[in-house]
Amino acid sequence: MKDTDPRIAEAFARLPEYFGNHVLLSLSALALGIAISLPLGILAARNAKLRWPLLAVASLVQTIPGLALLALFYPLLLGLSNLTAMAFNAPFSAFGFLPSLLALTLYSMLPVLRNTITGLNGIDPAIIEAAQGAGMTPAQSRRMVELPLALPVIMAGVRTAAVWVIGTATLSTPVGQTSLGNYIFTGLQTQNWVSVLFGCVAAATLALVVDQLLALMESGVKRRKRGRIAAGVLGLLLVTAAALVPGYAQRVSGSYVIGAKTFTEQFVLAALIEQRLQNAGLHATRRDGLGSTVAFDALSNNEIDAYVDYSGTLWATQMGRKDVRPREEVLRELTKWLEGKGVLLLGGMGFENSYALAMKRSRAAELGIKNIADLARHAPQLAIAADYEFLVRPEWAAVRDAYGLQFREQRQMQSTFMYEAVSTGEADVISAFSSDGRIKQYDLVVLEDPKQSLPPYDAILLVSPKRAKDAKFIAALKPLIGAIDVELIREASLLADQAENKQTPEGAARWLNEKIGKR
Amino acid sequence: MTGHAIAFDHVVQRFPGVSGPALDGVSLEISQGEFVAIVGPSGSGKTTLLRLVNRLADPVEGMVFVGGENVREADPVLLRRRIGYVFQGIGLFPHMTIAENISITPRLLGWPQEKMRGRARELLELVRLPRDYESRMPDELSGGERQRVGVARALAASPKIVLMDEPFGALDPVTRDALTQDYRELHEKLGLTSVMITHDMLEALILADRIVVLQDGKIIEQGTPQALARGAKHAFVRELMQMPERHAARLASILEQRA
Repeated sequence: MKDTDPRIAEAFARLPEYFGNHVLLSLSALALGIAISLPLGILAARNAKLRWPLLAVASLVQTIPGLALLALFYPLLLGLSNLTAMAFNAPFSAFGFLPSLLALTLYSMLPVLRNTITGLNGIDPAIIEAAQGAGMTPAQSRRMVELPLALPVIMAGVRTAAVWVIGTATLSTPVGQTSLGNYIFTGLQTQNWVSVLFGCVAAATLALVVDQLLALMESGVKRRKRGRIAAGVLGLLLVTAAALVPGYAQRVSGSYVIGAKTFTEQFVLAALIEQRLQNAGLHATRRDGLGSTVAFDALSNNEIDAYVDYSGTLWATQMGRKDVRPREEVLRELTKWLEGKGVLLLGGMGFENSYALAMKRSRAAELGIKNIADLARHAPQLAIAADYEFLVRPEWAAVRDAYGLQFREQRQMQSTFMYEAVSTGEADVISAFSSDGRIKQYDLVVLEDPKQSLPPYDAILLVSPKRAKDAKFIAALKPLIGAIDVELIREASLLADQAENKQTPEGAARWLNEKIGKR
Repeated sequence: MTGHAIAFDHVVQRFPGVSGPALDGVSLEISQGEFVAIVGPSGSGKTTLLRLVNRLADPVEGMVFVGGENVREADPVLLRRRIGYVFQGIGLFPHMTIAENISITPRLLGWPQEKMRGRARELLELVRLPRDYESRMPDELSGGERQRVGVARALAASPKIVLMDEPFGALDPVTRDALTQDYRELHEKLGLTSVMITHDMLEALILADRIVVLQDGKIIEQGTPQALARGAKHAFVRELMQMPERHAARLASILEQRA
């Protein structure tokens, strides 16, 4: 029993990659932020007209939540990238590093800017006059007198910025930048608290270490101890080197990148694809926790090479379709549309993750309900519980109108409680995701939809334009097509979701891979 | 205008938002080697006048000459490097050692390191501070010691002209007396032209060759200490003279009783 939790070993295995990217991102953002805000602060300290608009803008940026700021930079850069692609035929990557770098740079500016201005303006005017009287030019006065005197205040700003940036960098995961935030985002999704805690501790430790190294440099400058400055610089270099060496080792050129959105099933599938590729002798890395539209944009721009999406999602959000069509028709049109973008739809995984209506198996048997048409006859005596979104979505309107559903009671609640409610009998029917592991866990049945009123959400494997003709890559992925039925994916997701005997997504993927192999 | 170390020719100075000129047509000539004290109440324009000499400010009207050259035509930075200035609040650079403070103008002039170090030691000796002070920081020194460093800094690049703005104001009487006497000796020894602002008539009488009294931006009277003692024309100047005279009379009577 004394053996360490396998989740800790798993977390440590990912540390070089996450840590390396985190350090690279936050230190670049900090350096860029200082490089911009220090000269701006020096200018603004002498120019009141520049000062207040600059501080106002910097303060405004600070009020935007970090996640929102990162999210806003992504479409902005995507637009810019499309413009440069049109104008100069030179698109750049709007994914991952760049939006994170820019957002964090903006974030770092306020403390440095404000402290530079405060520090410079706080100097005794008599001392500045003495510098002038001794025959210094304004530039000499700034370099020899004002900046050294303002240094402690400026450094305090730099240290604040460093801690903020290192903390906020954990939020760059959803725009596709690997960071220590990957531990937190995937951990939150799969309720793997060990992973969340690991990410928090790692980020906090990094922030504290960098802060202390900066403090060491500051005291070195102040007390004129060359040793301290050197130790501080050396420390920062060591942190960077420690980050870079394994980080670059991971980024072998020709490495395949697998994307995943922000929920358990996606983590498991991405891990499965990664393992498949590794077994085929190909090198692969993962970008977990991507925002839903970020993932598709990243794929079509060759930022990631493969991921699993759902036909209904692309139908509605990418193609902008509002009508409900039968499964084959959706797949056919979608395939054609994707071809136009150069994206290869390799095929369906073999299961669907759609909105569905589910009941406790015993209760359905008791009432003799097998499909939604049966349900409609009993509905006036039954209560339905749905998640926050379902009852306002077009899917609900479609199924309600197709069968004339009219329930005794409709309630909205958090999905975790929804499953509790149906298992205790507080609700008779719930809205569910058809591939959710909890359907198995709570022994529920998904009601059939004979009228095909709910849009199809087939899990489909997509390949980026760049890899669409990569025979080795395709060959390694091909066996996954149609290999996973809904029972199998439910069980695999449950392995990573359940409280007892919890597996990491990688563990669940290994289990899944074995099962597939046996078929 | 040649032949004078410093000359002011009908200078007028105004500040935005202030009614009435800060200097109202001041003309004054200061000879080579002279020690001039400028006396006057607060707001009379003493500091404003002094700042025109090394172009910390320029007058709105009139001209200022240093060594016969119109300062308007001089590079202000180079001008300041050849004029010593002792500030009212001393203004030592708190992040520099005493030696670095003293050597600041030589450093700006690009002197070699060895020469600067030698000069700093020489000046510490000149202002009677121990040699090991060179590596101390300003906040480790007493007020009087800092004031001596301020004088040493002003003298470091061997200027011919030294401007002093109430240099000995905030010191205790004993320190102040020692320092003023020492400075007067330096003035003689180095052949300086010194202009000192003070609000203390007694200090001016003891130190200066000539006393210039400013009021409301105008020179109302000037003369040697002896001339002013013999009888000032202006009522305000007579008033200024009263206190030193009363002190002198009181002291004389005490000394008489002792005898």
